[in-house]
Amino acid sequence: MTTQPTSVVEVRDVRKEFGESSDRLVALQDIDLTIRSGEFISLIGPSGCGKSTLLRLIGDLTTPTSGSITVNGRSARQARLGREYGMVFQAPVLMDWRTVQKNVELPLEVMGFDKAQREQRSKAMLDLVELGDFGRTHPWQLSGGMQQRVAIARALAFDPKLLLMDEPFGALDEMTRERMNLELMRIWRQTGTTIVFVTHSIPEAVFLSTRVVVMSARPGRISRIVEIDLPQPRTVETREHERYFEHVTTVREALRRHEGSDGPPDEAEIMQIRAEGLA
Amino acid sequence: MTTFAGRRPASFGFRTRARDLAPVVAVFIVGIVLWEVVLGVLGVKQFLLPRPSVIFASLLSEWGTLVEGLRYTAIEAIGGLAIGSVVALLTAFATARWVLARETLVPVAIAANSMPIIAFAPITNNWFGSENAASRMTIVAVMVFFPIMVNTVRGLTNVDASAIELMRSYAASDFEVLRRLRIPNALPYILTAFRIATTLAVIGAVIGEYFGGPRQALGIYITGEATLFRFANAWAAILMACALGIGLYVIVVLAERVLLPWHASGARGEPR
Repeated sequence: MTTQPTSVVEVRDVRKEFGESSDRLVALQDIDLTIRSGEFISLIGPSGCGKSTLLRLIGDLTTPTSGSITVNGRSARQARLGREYGMVFQAPVLMDWRTVQKNVELPLEVMGFDKAQREQRSKAMLDLVELGDFGRTHPWQLSGGMQQRVAIARALAFDPKLLLMDEPFGALDEMTRERMNLELMRIWRQTGTTIVFVTHSIPEAVFLSTRVVVMSARPGRISRIVEIDLPQPRTVETREHERYFEHVTTVREALRRHEGSDGPPDEAEIMQIRAEGLA
Repeated sequence: MTTFAGRRPASFGFRTRARDLAPVVAVFIVGIVLWEVVLGVLGVKQFLLPRPSVIFASLLSEWGTLVEGLRYTAIEAIGGLAIGSVVALLTAFATARWVLARETLVPVAIAANSMPIIAFAPITNNWFGSENAASRMTIVAVMVFFPIMVNTVRGLTNVDASAIELMRSYAASDFEVLRRLRIPNALPYILTAFRIATTLAVIGAVIGEYFGGPRQALGIYITGEATLFRFANAWAAILMACALGIGLYVIVVLAERVLLPWHASGARGEPR
């Protein structure tokens, strides 16, 4: 880590609403968050808590209703136009008409890297995600986990200082997912990239993160931030660490406390939520 | 893109191709033989349905005339296809790009398609003269316009929302999105449209000629020979029209092989 961690992302008093005034939905409110360089931040919460929306706000894929977001000291929009972050979605979003290597080169083509640079970068990135031998294959010839590794290689190809990941392993089976978590830890250490990671898996969030941002729904807000002081590097043994289980419990309780109940809201609750939305 | 997941290219080795084509060829030969034998046994009159051997004899004896007719009709079909597809592609790109164009042009295109376009043949004959190939080219162009335009618009706009966001995260310009995402995405749609359009083009050209055309045109030859009860000759000319349709179709299929090596789903089903 750097000696003087500087903030990469600053979210100040952000509010995000969807829809027109009559059926307006408050997706996020009172969001304040500072992410320092080199951190691994997980956003976790029930569906509808706006964790993906918050990630998309940081990436300027949507804009806040009010409040401000800065990335590397610039507005989120300027940061996007300056190509300062890489993005990984839940689906790998690979292009079937391109080989694996050409998929990794896509951002480099858009950004005008020359051919030699593109090849050099894409090879390095495929080596990083341990797919060095698969450059000439097509995405549909790979397993789901391998496809997602290609997506990570693509996101890192232009060496962004920030990586935004929206439930990247959500569609993978548990075993693949755990292996991908280890891979991601290695990539994070090797590249020193700051990562913001959306997940709905508590063990995944605890295992990966330096801090877990616990969010609650209706309206979406940050209910607690849990520091994960597990030793680095995180390995297979981390999951058997005593503190690991304590953190899992802490995050789970933080989620439950703000959920009100475990089940879906009953009718009275929904009416109340509607009333709040109208107010 | 994930929408294409599950599609796998088949292998195109010669042996595999030959093995797959064998049943088709067998059915074709059996069909011809049955046609010949059954008509002979039942003693069906030549003017109702000539036997394959008689049609084949006509094909040989009329070969020069038929090839001349094929050439003329092919020019009409291909010319009309070229004009219609260029206009359709330009319209589709404009339509996909500008909402205003979409709102004004798409209803017009749908209206155009609901017309029995072949009914305009006498009118285009009046515009350009029945001896003029432009009369049939116009019919063909209008006929192929709609499927090509609609499919192209669909291919250009039916793009994975995440892929658009991905391009947005790269701060890619609209042109980059068009070039690296929308056009490759639309290619399979466009080629499917061309498969339909080639068949329509031959129909448009031949049927258009039924309403008038120069003596050598295939459609004129077919109607003329039928009037003179030389049905075997008419059948031979129909075979030539079939050959034209199949030939154009095969060109599109070959184009798919070259342009969409990752996506050969149209030609064959899932690999075994």
